[in-house]
Amino acid sequence: MTDVLNIGLSVLILGLAVWTIVAREAYAAVVGFIAYGLLLTLVWVQLQGIDVALTEAAIGGGLTGALLIGAAARLRGTETAARAERPRSASRCLAAGVSCAVAVALAICVLALPEPAPTLAPEVLANMAVTEVGNPITAVLLAFRAMDTLLEAIVLLFALIGVWSLAPDRAWGGRPGLLQAAGPNGMLAFAARALAPIGVVTGMYIFWIGADHPGGKFQGATILAAMWLLVMMAGLADAPPISRSWLRGLLVAGPLAFIGIGAVGAVQAGAFLAYPEGFAKPLILVIEFALMPSLTLILGLMLLGAPQRGKAP
Amino acid sequence: MNAGTLFGLCAAVVIGVGVFGLIVNPHPLRKILAFNVVGSGVFLLFGAIAYRGAGAGLGGDPVPQALLITGIVVAFSATALAVALLLRLFDETGSVTLSSDAPARTGHDTDAH
Repeated sequence: MTDVLNIGLSVLILGLAVWTIVAREAYAAVVGFIAYGLLLTLVWVQLQGIDVALTEAAIGGGLTGALLIGAAARLRGTETAARAERPRSASRCLAAGVSCAVAVALAICVLALPEPAPTLAPEVLANMAVTEVGNPITAVLLAFRAMDTLLEAIVLLFALIGVWSLAPDRAWGGRPGLLQAAGPNGMLAFAARALAPIGVVTGMYIFWIGADHPGGKFQGATILAAMWLLVMMAGLADAPPISRSWLRGLLVAGPLAFIGIGAVGAVQAGAFLAYPEGFAKPLILVIEFALMPSLTLILGLMLLGAPQRGKAP
Repeated sequence: MNAGTLFGLCAAVVIGVGVFGLIVNPHPLRKILAFNVVGSGVFLLFGAIAYRGAGAGLGGDPVPQALLITGIVVAFSATALAVALLLRLFDETGSVTLSSDAPARTGHDTDAH
């Protein structure tokens, strides 16, 4: 039964991947990609990665899909011109040969993986008690490989700065995205009013439960960011101008708190990002609470894109 | 067949499909999409390897799974930056071609070349 499910999932995923590549309209391709992301979520469940499944559903399918849908709608007029640039059939055959070679080489590697597979699972479980965290993935993210998570938060911040720096000069410091003029009594406004409170509670729950069960700050922050975006799309709130100092303060607060705790570890526990004995769990909680608002704002603002409207009115 | 091997092989094909799209599709947005298909294939391959590392009562090796979460988030930030670059190019020139013999650009952005 499980085999049938897995084979069916593989076939659907391959079909949707092909559709994403060959679909004529970019919009249709993006819709295929979103369905592909959601099916991939089921694959992660089959592969026993519930935390990864949550991240894939929230970010891989959800936020990336919303971002690409917006771009596809704006760039619709450019597709005809691009079609004229399609490479000749000779180079397409060459491309097909290259991609087949890549796929075959990877498949051979998959079949030749060593047996028994190397694993760090016993070491993680043996050392997890020190961190007092119940979810092994959270222990890896915030204790054993905390440096990765710190750098990831900084990468997100830098990417947002990169997006903002693409603003035209007249819009610098202004509000990102276009003004939404949905009717205050429309269906979208109703959905935003009814759904946002539920979504916020769900996001906070997934954030809080992450210490002991699948979940965590990235998944929770994505849900909160999605609710924020929904409220903005319904016209119930406007995006803040990017020159606001409270906004900028919140954006850097998470990574700065993380670096600060890391520096304390360098003095108190002998290594950057090491936690003093007995303080691991409280420090992990402080980092998570500091990162949460930063991540929510960064993810939401990244989806809104570069500032479009000047500071004036 | 073991789920890890099955999805590992599936990932290999997905990566191949994505590489094909990355080369063949001339539209930059389609290239970003294809890049995401390649990326998710790499994640899936890594996830299959994590699944093989199951042990000590865990369904998969938590270290690669944690790295996957980091990877998915970073891939989103790279996609957002690429889309923002593309939209700015569209705002400036009215087209998004990557072709080297693109039509002459207009007005104030001649220094952008």
